[in-house]
Amino acid sequence: MTELWYDLEPFLQQGTLGLVNGAFYALLSLGLAVIFGMLNVINFAHGAQFMLGAVVAWMLLTYAGIGYWGALLLSPLIVGLLGVVIERTMISRLYKLDHLYGLLLTFGLALIIEGLVRNQYGVSGLPYGVPDAFRMPPVDLGYMLMPAYRFWIVVVSITVCLGTWYAIEKTKLGSYLRAAVERPQLVQAFGVNVPLMMTATYGTGVALAAFAGVLAAPVYSVHPGMGANFIIIVFAVVVIGGMGSIMGSVVSGYALGMIEGFTRVYYPEASATVVFVIMAIVLLVRPAGLFGRA
Amino acid sequence: MPNSQRIALVVLIALIAIGPFFFFPVFLMKVLCFALYASAFNLLLGYVGLLSFGHAAYFGMGSYLSAHAAKVWGLTPELAILTGGLTSMALGAAFGFLAIRRQGIYFAMITLALAQMVYFFCVQAPFTGGEDGIQAVPRGYLFGVLDLRSDFTLYWVVAAIVLACFLFLYRIVHSPFGQVLKAIRDNEPRATSLGYRTDSYKLIAFVLSATIAGIAGGTKAIVFQIATLTDVNWPMSGEAVLMTLVGGIGTMFGPATGALVIVTMQNELAEFGAWVTVIQGAIFVACVLAFRRGIIGELQAKLRKPL
Repeated sequence: MTELWYDLEPFLQQGTLGLVNGAFYALLSLGLAVIFGMLNVINFAHGAQFMLGAVVAWMLLTYAGIGYWGALLLSPLIVGLLGVVIERTMISRLYKLDHLYGLLLTFGLALIIEGLVRNQYGVSGLPYGVPDAFRMPPVDLGYMLMPAYRFWIVVVSITVCLGTWYAIEKTKLGSYLRAAVERPQLVQAFGVNVPLMMTATYGTGVALAAFAGVLAAPVYSVHPGMGANFIIIVFAVVVIGGMGSIMGSVVSGYALGMIEGFTRVYYPEASATVVFVIMAIVLLVRPAGLFGRA
Repeated sequence: MPNSQRIALVVLIALIAIGPFFFFPVFLMKVLCFALYASAFNLLLGYVGLLSFGHAAYFGMGSYLSAHAAKVWGLTPELAILTGGLTSMALGAAFGFLAIRRQGIYFAMITLALAQMVYFFCVQAPFTGGEDGIQAVPRGYLFGVLDLRSDFTLYWVVAAIVLACFLFLYRIVHSPFGQVLKAIRDNEPRATSLGYRTDSYKLIAFVLSATIAGIAGGTKAIVFQIATLTDVNWPMSGEAVLMTLVGGIGTMFGPATGALVIVTMQNELAEFGAWVTVIQGAIFVACVLAFRRGIIGELQAKLRKPL
């Protein structure tokens, strides 16, 4: 028994730490899935908006003295408003065209955002400390001590993901949203303002990315490339999960974060590529994705 | 070949012939390599309707393997470039097989993710030299006899390689095979119902595109005598998309034109650092919103003749 426990411990530890990465994968793929479901646009700028969320949190602290809790609220609001402007002025012009144009447009936006941040702050990281509230002893999980802030990330991420799922699947507004995804013209004929809903959806998705960015600021260094690193893995996660279901994208986010963690124990060299390998396998076995509808 | 394209080809050859007397050969060789890279990418996007966001993998692996073959194995430059092309061909076959299982934006995301896997492989694999890349690659002797150390001599060799590949692409697009590709682009279910195995067509197009992208990368490695992580990272995939978009998606001469515009811009603005990225992003946005046909596409529409 003790020997088994000895083997199992690093496994559990890395899996739990992987859950922290998974928390971000889940939040980001959730945002992507929400935007894609409503707008049929793959938001390539999602990573840049995630990074922007972290940078805005740093700016709020540095220039306005607004701390972590304020930033957690304000930064998503600011970046989300930027998203609303982007949707109104640019993305909304593309709905009638091939979906690929949305991808190209948001890729261009990602380049602009990253380039501007890099110009202003350089490529090295901006320091953003762990908020004072979490300067406490680590949480004892029995098999490991988990830093309080990382524990908080996982808890918040799960809460937000469940909340979003509930809002879309179980509330009245969510039912309008789902109806508008299926039959936009018909829903509009019933008097629902569909264009406004699309704008709001994009704004919300972008705000989710920025929220994840603020969460990430204290654990990953805040730098212009942080979004690009994440978003490509999240694309793979989305391909694995399939964007058809909100729950599917969330679950695959956490699962892949944990698998990445396990890989770090047994074969560290592959931990950067394991998600892509799994994507390749899923494409061979179930091309539509684990939770996808073909 | 319609007259309009014949004239365009003559203009292209004339420009290639007089170019080195007015501009630095190294700059022109860079334009040529990227023109070929973007044209290879356009074979997929423009003629099969598949947006690959991972062409950096084929360009970069072509670059690495050519550099390795020339430096470590001591192969002559033409064999080194061939090695790069064949590597990308194999890689393209494997990735193409996976990627064509999905369509549209999923295809774009899958190709991007697979390319990033190649990037991480290159970061770790010992033969790529990690952050340093493979440096001081010898240009060597063409067929073991012609010394390529002179930029001028190398220029004509590169021009010949690029033109040959370009004409090969032209041949593919205008062959019966190419007609089927365009049919798949315009209406895949109909092509299927006419009895074409669309997956095989897509896969062959993918492999051809990857191979030529690999040759472009390999040639670039010989010209600049270096292969680095930049060649294989995702912004390089974006370059192919940008050049093709600027020049004109689905036009024969568009990607080369786009390559000329973008490489010139990068050269002129090199001192402004990250502003180049910002401007490239702005060009993306502007092209998508207001200039979707691209330069050659607009010209084509004005003349009402294919280019």
